[in-house]
Amino acid sequence: MTKKDVFVLQDILLSNAQAAAAIRRELESRGILAVNLLSSPGAGKTTLLEALTDRLKGRARMAVIEGDIETERDAERIRARGVPAWQITTGGACHLEAKMVGKVLPSVPTDIDFLFIENVGNLVCPAGYDLGERLRVVLLSSPEGDDKPKKYPKAFATANVLVLSKSDLRPHVSFDVEKARAEALSLNPKLEVFVVSSVTGEGLDDLVAFLFRVRGEIAARA
Amino acid sequence: MHELSLVASMFETLLDQARVHNAKRITGVKIQVGALAGVVPELLETAFDSYKKGTIAQDAVLTMDKPPFTIRCRACGNETVRSDFVMACPACASTDLEITHGMELILERIEMETDDPPEAP
Repeated sequence: MTKKDVFVLQDILLSNAQAAAAIRRELESRGILAVNLLSSPGAGKTTLLEALTDRLKGRARMAVIEGDIETERDAERIRARGVPAWQITTGGACHLEAKMVGKVLPSVPTDIDFLFIENVGNLVCPAGYDLGERLRVVLLSSPEGDDKPKKYPKAFATANVLVLSKSDLRPHVSFDVEKARAEALSLNPKLEVFVVSSVTGEGLDDLVAFLFRVRGEIAARA
Repeated sequence: MHELSLVASMFETLLDQARVHNAKRITGVKIQVGALAGVVPELLETAFDSYKKGTIAQDAVLTMDKPPFTIRCRACGNETVRSDFVMACPACASTDLEITHGMELILERIEMETDDPPEAP
């Protein structure tokens, strides 16, 4: 019997990182912008996707992968708008992993412009898992309160885009947009911030223009 | 609460390495868990202890290094250990920073027992 000390020095999530890298390569080689949407439950991810579906109609092709613990409800809402959608039910897991997305990917049409992946509603665990996205979008809705960025720092620090959602509810709740923006930027100075209402349409044009710009950068390299 | 999924991912590597090195038993595992990696060390320990049962790592001891959150300023070179996640240089207020420590989730080394002869030093 010999004792052996094996030095590994390897990312614990290496297999997720490898799966994510393969997804990113595949999607970007086809000029597809992949967006990973993160937020607490009920911040308006699916409603934002419905609004984006309407804005992109006739201008771009999109598909949606929905992550939830249970039910097909979110995918059904997207399909009702004529957009292909796949539901991943994790059966208890609090986040999506790259391998789950990788299993769905062969079904996704190859000629789309945008692939939106809606993560399980949770501001903690999804932040640790790269899904092969180019943009990670975190939503923070007015009723949740403007003090959340520092309470859930990893979600805001690893995102590229912050959507301050449900802006139409601001008159009814105390939510200070500038405070939320400043706090999020203190964690992540490179965040792009959009103030959005999926109901009134506030901010959607700017967000859509931004998505098209990033998609254009990917397509130019593809 | 994704600690169990982290442990499952870690065990893929542990068992792979055990095969490569012909190990009969894994006796120790050393990992690095950054202070702001979004992982609760106590939960990770609990997950490790329940996952290892019935595997060749069932007697393995998990040890953790917990590197503090450290940022380096690209403008003035100042390196600071912080207790929170604020991305601003305390010396020059620049926001052009790189995170040097604190986000680690790394499997550092594995102690095992093998029937292989000792390696030449």
